Formats: sequence, C-alpha cells, structure tokens
Amino acid sequence: MHAVLRADPEAVVAVTRSAIFIALCLTVYGVQAAVLPEDRADFLYHGYDGDGLEVNGPSILVRKSMKDKVSVWANYYVDMISSASIDVVTTASEYSEERQQTSVGVDYLHGKTFMGLSWTNSEEDDYTADTVAFGISQDFFGDLTTLGISYAVGRDEVRRNGDTLFEEHTDRQNFRVDLTQVITKNFVLNLNYEGVTDEGFLNNPYRQVRYLDTNEARGYAYQSELYPRTRTSSAFAVRGLYYLPYRAAIKGEARTFSDSWGISAYNVEVGYTHPFDNGLTLEAKYRYYDQSAADFYSDLFPFQSAQNFLARDKELSSFTTHTVGGGASYEFKPTWIPFIEKAEVSLFGDFIAFRYDDFRDVRVTDVAPGEEPMFEFDGWVVRAFISFWY
Amino acid sequence: MKRLFALCLIVLAGGCSSIEPWVSPFERNHLADPIMSFNKAPVSSSYLHHVYQAREGARGAEGGSGGGCGCN
Repeated sequence: MHAVLRADPEAVVAVTRSAIFIALCLTVYGVQAAVLPEDRADFLYHGYDGDGLEVNGPSILVRKSMKDKVSVWANYYVDMISSASIDVVTTASEYSEERQQTSVGVDYLHGKTFMGLSWTNSEEDDYTADTVAFGISQDFFGDLTTLGISYAVGRDEVRRNGDTLFEEHTDRQNFRVDLTQVITKNFVLNLNYEGVTDEGFLNNPYRQVRYLDTNEARGYAYQSELYPRTRTSSAFAVRGLYYLPYRAAIKGEARTFSDSWGISAYNVEVGYTHPFDNGLTLEAKYRYYDQSAADFYSDLFPFQSAQNFLARDKELSSFTTHTVGGGASYEFKPTWIPFIEKAEVSLFGDFIAFRYDDFRDVRVTDVAPGEEPMFEFDGWVVRAFISFWY
Repeated sequence: MKRLFALCLIVLAGGCSSIEPWVSPFERNHLADPIMSFNKAPVSSSYLHHVYQAREGARGAEGGSGGGCGCN
C-alpha cells in the first residue's frame, strides 16, 4: 500500500509539468520552413533510469498530408512510472502510475506561409492538462530566412490522491519566436526566444521542505512546500549547423534562461553527425547544463514557516549536469511494404550525470542536519524507434 | 536638416529594394541534406526535451524548429 503522501511522478515539480506539455506542443509542429513536413510514421520506445526512478513507454507519431496544402498529425505518448527516488524514499513510499498524452494537429501551407494548430491532452490520476497551440511562419529573402511565431495556452487541473476535496488550477501561456537564417551554403543558424507565464497552483501538492526541529530525534521535521502563484520566464537559444567538406555535420547550441523566481540557467551543446554510404548514420553529442537556485529554495530551513515561500525541490536547487550521448540510424527500403518509400531504425542512448550544489542526501543519518553529503546521481536515457516514410 | 532628411529617405528607400539571395538554389544541396536538420527525428527530440524539462528548472526555447534549407 502506498503512503498517502507521494512524491511527484518522475521526481518532477508540478510547476514544470504543464509547461512541458505546452513546450512539447510547440516543439512537435514548431516553426517550419514554407514546405509541409514529410509524410511519416514513428514508433518509439523510450526509457529512463536514474535515482531509483524508471520511466518507459511508447510514443507514436503519424503525419499525413493532403494535396500539398494540409498536413494532419497525431501523437500518442505514454509514461509508465515506477518511482523510488530520493524524495520518495525519504518522505513517502514507492509507487507506480501512468501518464497518457494525446496530441492532434493540423498544418496549412499557403504560398510561403505555414500555419499550425494543435491540441494536447495529458491525463494522470491526479493531474489533467489541456493545451492549444498556434504557430505561423513565413519565408523571406529568397527562402534564406524563416521567421515564425507560436503561441500556446494551457489550463491544468491539479488533484491530490487521498484528498478528494483538493482541487487547484493553473493557467499557462507560451510565446515563442523563431528565426532560421541560411548564412552560407554550408551553414545555417537558428535563433529562438520563448517566454512563459504561469498563474495558479504551481507547487507540488505532495512535496515537503525540511526545517530544523530539536524536538525531532533526527534534528529536523517536514512541512508542505509553498510556491508563489505566478511565474514568468524567458529563454533564448542560438543553434548552428555546419556541413563539413566530407558529408558530415557539426551542431552547436547555447541557451540562457532566467525567471521571476530567481533561477538563472544556461546550457551548451555540441554534436556531430556522420552518415555512411550504406545507409548508416552515427551521431554523438555532449551537453553541459548549469543553474542557480530559486530565491525561496533551501535544503534546510532554520525553523518552521521560516519565510513566505518554501521549496526543497531539487529541480529548483543549484546544480549542473553533464550529458554524453550517441546513437545510430540505419535507412533501408522495405520492399515488402509497397507504399513505403523508405524506413529507418534508430537507437540512441544518453548518459546524464547530475551533481547538486545545495541539495543534501538525507538518507545519510549519522551526521548533523545540514552536514549530509551533497546528492548526486547518474541517469540513462534510451530511445529506440522505427520510422516509415510514405 | 533637409539634407539629413533626404539622406534618411535614401537609406530607407534602399532598405525597400529586394535582397538578392546570396546562396543560389543550385548551391543548397548541402543544406537540403537530412543531416542538416535541427529536428531530424521529431518523436525522439520531443522526448529528450521532456527528459530535460522534467529535471531542470529551465524551460522554453528547446528548439525543434524546421531546418532552414530554403530548398522549396
């Protein structure tokens, strides 16, 4: 039997959950050049394993165009979660649950103008999120420049298992601007800005913070976390792709982030793609991420209700990650399926090292509160998928 | 002052003239190569963004936009 108090699925702050749906919604159709996306179907298996948390499941994305004017798509995604993360083992008990996400969208091409409209629904036993997104883009300057804007609005319903009276809501808006520019015949650059505003219940209904309490044998006690009811953030990214002389590509990315909660973050990434004549393509990448803590975050508060807002969510702490990833794709012609033009099987894996600067491992109990070692863990991410073009 | 105004008009008028593409359509075969796509596998990149967003405080501007080959 599970404890009434649970930590959040995927050790995720509730506040980020809907933003994910909106961001993914924008990502799925994004801002395209003035040409309809290819007709294709992708069947993906995803897996994540890290910090006692296992998440896996399928994702199916199907897209079909009609008369070179309209393209419709649908995505069905499932997270099957089994969690014994540090938050769960220290304040609750292990649990399993499932999240299902369904998205549908339609894209319309008129001349050099591309428009997309989509709807996404995500369902968990204690969380429902709905998002509508719209985007429009236009090619300029001999098709060397593509400028696009996207807007998404979402409303979430937050519930708490074991408490039928608990119900909160969150409203979200995302605004995004994309500029893709051909610099030379071998170099293309992408600039991306995204602003996000949230209003409503933004903290996790299960998560707790700890504070010093001499009445407790361990020296500290827990109370519910409390976040502000608004959050505004801005992110800006620059990406580049360069075609090397021997048919390979290198990628680069730099992104900065800041929000009204005092979090500042940046990440840089480099990647390399090398195709071979036999249909095999190899890829490798490295990514570094660094963030500062939210203003109201503390691993250990000095006393109960020490300040207006309280957080001990490690996603709001100060930490860095290193990601090393790679994978292979193999393209082939499945002659046994008549209407399939080509197919590709892919396998990618990423190793992520999380290193926290102010989130302590409270599983270590033979030291004074606040003297525990800093928490760290390594995670693995796997994507295996097959794609068909028709 | 009139000269300055005239100069501004000339500059602004110059901005209205069409810009010649500096990469011709027949020079875009490298840009059209699938390896030059920012989002070669949407279903995979969407999932990876989800992984990052779920474990990091930052959000937004993850990419996923179409490539800029200008080949159509």
